[in-house]
This record gives sequence, structure tokens and C-alpha cells, in this order.
Amino acid sequence: MNLAVRDIRHSIGRFALTTIGVGMLLMVVMGMGGIYRGLVDDALVVTRGVGADLWVVQRDTRGPFAEVSRLPRSVVDRVAAVPGVMDACEFVFHTIQREHGGRPLRMGVLGLGWPIDKGQGLPLIAGRPLAQNHYEMIADESLGLTLGERIRLGKDTYTVVGITRWLVSSGGDGIACFTSRDAQSIQFDEPGESVRLERRARRNRADQVDFGRTQPSVLERASGLSGNIAALPGPAISAVIARLSPGADAKEVQAIIGAWGDVTTYTKDQQEQLLLKGSVDRARRQILLFRVLLTIISAVIMALIIYTLTLDKLHPIALLKLIGAPNRTIVGLILQQSLIMGALAFGVGHLIGLKLFPMFPRRVLVTNDDLLRVAGIVLVISVFASLLGIWKAMRVAPNEAIG
Amino acid sequence: MSEALALEANGLTKVYGTGHTQVVAMRDASLRLHRGEVAALLGPSGAGKSTFLLCVGLINPPTRGRVAIGGRPVLDGPRALVDLRRFRRESVGFVFQKSNLIPFLNAADNVQIVGELVGRPASQARARAMELLEALGVGARARNMPTQLSGGEQQRVTVARALANQPSLILADEPTAALDSKRGRQVMELFRDVAHKHGTGIIVVTHDHRALDVFDTVYQMEDGSLRPATHAGIEASSGPASTS
Repeated sequence: MNLAVRDIRHSIGRFALTTIGVGMLLMVVMGMGGIYRGLVDDALVVTRGVGADLWVVQRDTRGPFAEVSRLPRSVVDRVAAVPGVMDACEFVFHTIQREHGGRPLRMGVLGLGWPIDKGQGLPLIAGRPLAQNHYEMIADESLGLTLGERIRLGKDTYTVVGITRWLVSSGGDGIACFTSRDAQSIQFDEPGESVRLERRARRNRADQVDFGRTQPSVLERASGLSGNIAALPGPAISAVIARLSPGADAKEVQAIIGAWGDVTTYTKDQQEQLLLKGSVDRARRQILLFRVLLTIISAVIMALIIYTLTLDKLHPIALLKLIGAPNRTIVGLILQQSLIMGALAFGVGHLIGLKLFPMFPRRVLVTNDDLLRVAGIVLVISVFASLLGIWKAMRVAPNEAIG
Repeated sequence: MSEALALEANGLTKVYGTGHTQVVAMRDASLRLHRGEVAALLGPSGAGKSTFLLCVGLINPPTRGRVAIGGRPVLDGPRALVDLRRFRRESVGFVFQKSNLIPFLNAADNVQIVGELVGRPASQARARAMELLEALGVGARARNMPTQLSGGEQQRVTVARALANQPSLILADEPTAALDSKRGRQVMELFRDVAHKHGTGIIVVTHDHRALDVFDTVYQMEDGSLRPATHAGIEASSGPASTS
């Protein structure tokens, strides 16, 4: 006869409510782990998506995700010429926030290295990769844009041709992919008035030097398009990503490029570590601490619940001792109740989480490994939680059943 | 030690506390109870009746004296000669003033569990429980929880539980206190029938003098001393019911 089950059946309402409460607490523990996994996965989704073997960034920076990195576009050609590099393309990434449809639209703008990278490696759930050099974009579904929707960014209008899922930045913003030229246009877009003022200022500066006064054509150039002025650099890119030829030694290529004075090179693993130890690390530690606290709180609450349930049973326990029940029967009663509560609470927490987590604004990624880990923690908590009740039960004398 | 004896208690003394706070709750109490014998234990409140029951029930060992149950020595002073809890579940049954049923088990389960505790298979323990409940007239209430039973029914279930393992000794502490006189007498007669039928020795602490004719022997306890009851002693203890 299983006394634990009989006792639970006797007070099923209270037990069920308590289990649901503990289950929701465990759901939060699982959710915290899921938020951490989601953060890590979100942080790495871009680096894994672009499939680069090497990341070339501005010298002594940890860009382009951890901090601002600016490189001239010419670095793409220099990297492409290094032995062992199969192809190289520019990487542009920045975050913008605009108004669209009367609501704020915050997105990470990712420039793809057209024509090599058209977004064919992206996690598309609808539509297609980019098919032309300009005015097309692939948007993550979290941005709330639909296929065929047109959105004005800067001076141009872009059409959504593809939808991705879970393509977000480490900050949780949905990512929209453009060709790198379009991404730069969006990044460096300036209002017309600002352009006019800058042209005027350039003309004034040229006017104040002999060269400008003696060469009227220079004054004309200074008032024109900045792209036509050889002295002004083109728009900077964030980084250069390189794919290596089969069999090429990444360290060797990294050493060659690293010897240049204007860039720093990271392998794919180094870039991932930079991401995890940089922007994600504090959030990760914060969540970990919360998780530890919640686990302790769950353990304390479960211990108190099991202890209270045991207090309610002191008379039956004394009676069991009186009729000669061995200690293992009494320990089994309390321990089994604790384990049943823990197991059911785990199930309840998992089920509620399955329904609830997809509604969270950021991804909550609960992996099977995490579930197993939480199950292990629940097992340990259940055993520890029952210790207080067992201790109390062991102190009950059989003659207390008589009084 | 005779195997024909359900209980043999020799010179039981129980002392609580030390020095100035020392209290002698029971002094040199001896009793020989044969198998199939039903004995009543009378005495005013605080006389030491419950102390005696706790000592021979292996719950609270004596300070001095010896106890043998079913011919087997089990206590030598405070020293246990056997695993007391195990011996208790195999050889001693208890019935108390309050029904003392486990509240989360139904009537049948309350009896069955005693059988399971001594290692009997669940089906056998169940069959034995049903047999006893039927014999005691509460078979129809087997699936009812304790709170759904009347006081008399609860007490019958408790008696069934005490009998489940065919113990050598049953100890009953005012088992009829919560019952009316008719039901009380029925329970006393039930004890007598059980003792005679199963050869179980039964000691019943009682204040119900109207049912003393049911018992084979009557003992009296006063100031911690135990002796066979006299007519005068019985008269003296027929005052207000105690709850010792």
C-alpha cells in the first residue's frame, strides 16, 4: 500500500494547488535558463549565418558586434588577394529605429556581400533571397513586416522579399538584410538640408585657401557630390568576412592579414567568444544569478510545504510508529510525497512554459539538456526539501498518538 | 517464562526525573496474563494505569523490572532485548479511547496496513482485513473513510486492526469512553469473544463498572501499585471517569 499516494488522494485539492504553485516557480527557473540560451543563440545566429572563417575588423577593435569598427572598402580586395582566401566580402551591420505604420520599428541592418551572398544561407520561412542589387530586403518575422510590404528607409523604398525566423541581434532586435550598398545608404543617409549645408561649408573652406581661389573648378567640385571628390573616402564598412579555400590553414591566413597595421583578424570561434564574453556576458551572469536564487527559493518553498504537510500528519505518523511501522515506511511516505510533488511540478512547469514562452518578446530556448538539468535539480530539491519533514517525523514519539 | 502466558510483567517500576523532581509513577508492578484471558485494570486518575500500558506496550520502557510477551523476554529494565518496534507490530495490538485510525486510509486500508507491515502480501492482508471487518459487523463500511464512520464503527475498525496480526497481547485504554453504555458493553463482549476465540491476552483500562462481569480478572492500580481488585477498591474507583 502506498501511503504517500493515499495521503495525496485524501487532500488532493490542496496538493494540486501546491503542485501548480511549485510548478510555476519551476517554470520560471526553466524560463530563466531558456532566456539565457535564447540570448546566446540570438547572439551567435548572425555569425553562424554568414558562415565566415575569418573576420577582419578595424585595428585594435573588437567589432563589429562588440563595438564600432570602420574599414575602407578596399580592404575587401586586399583580403581577397591573400593566399588561402576563397572569397571575401564586406560586412555592414548597425541598428536603426524608425517609424513605420505609426509604430516604432527598431531593427538591425545587415549588409550582405552582393553578389556572393544573396541571403541564401539565411533561415527563410517565406519568400526568397535577394534577387537584385538594390531596393530589396529580407526581414525577420519579429519585425512584423509581411512579404511584399514596402518600407521607406532614408531616401529609398525597399520591398520585403523574404521572411526569416529567429534572426535577431544580440540585443533582441529583429534583423533586416540588404545588399551592403543599400545597408550603407541607410546607415549614412543624411537629410537634404544637411547635405546642402555640408556642400556649402566645403565651398567656403576651399574659398579660403589659395588653391580654391586660383582654381574655380575646385570650388565647383567642392559644391558637388562627395563621391566625386577624390580626397574624400567612400562610406566605411563594418568588417570584411572571408571564407577560406578547402585545406587552407586559418592560422596561417590570420597571421598574414594580422601583420597589416590597419586591421585585426579573428577566427569564427574568436568572434563568437568576443560576442559571448562581451555584450552577452553580463546578461548571462545576471540570469545565472537569478536562476540560482530562484532555485534556492524553490527549494526553500518546497521544504516548507513538505514540512507543513508533515506537521499535518504528525498524529498519523505517531500512530504508524505505535502500530510498529518501521522508520523506512515513514521516511518513504514523506520522501515519496516530496518526489511526486517535484515530478508533477516539473511536468506542470514544463507544460505551462510550452504554452507561455512563445508569447515572450524575446526567444526562450529550452533545450532537452536544460530540461534534464532542471529535472536533476528538482530531484535534489525534492530530496532536500523532505529532509526537514523527515527530521520532524523522526522526533515524533509513538505515545503522542495516544494523548 | 511460560509460553502459556500472554504477558508476564515482573517488578515494573517507572521513575520520571531525578533528585527533587523525581516522581515514581509506577512501583514494583507485576502481572501475569494468560492467553485467552481478559483483564480489567481499574484505578483513579494518575494511579499509573497508562504508565503500565506504555511499559508493557513497549512504548515507554520501565526504569526497572522485566517484561515478557508470548513467553519471550522483551524488556529488562530500560534495556530492549528485541527490536521493540518490530516486536510491537507482530505481537501487540492497541485500542484507545479515541479511535486513532489513520485519517487518509479507509476502514479496510487501516486494517490491511498492519498486515502489510509484517510482510504479508497485499492481497492476503486485504482478505484478512475484510474477514475481520465482516466478523466485527463493519464489513459494509470497509471503503468508508474514518470521518464517515460513527464512534462505535471506528472503535470496531480499531479492534479489527489490533487483531489483524493475531497478536499475543492487546492493550486497550478506555476503549468505551466515547460510546454509550450499550455500545460500550458490546465492545467489552467483543474483547472477551476475541480473547477466547484467538487465545489473545487482553488488558482493558476501564471505568465502566457495569461491564466488569465480562472480564476474567480485575486489577486495580493505586499510587503506582498494581494488585488484584477488591470489592472495596472497585467501589472506590467508581467515581468520575479519569483520563489517565
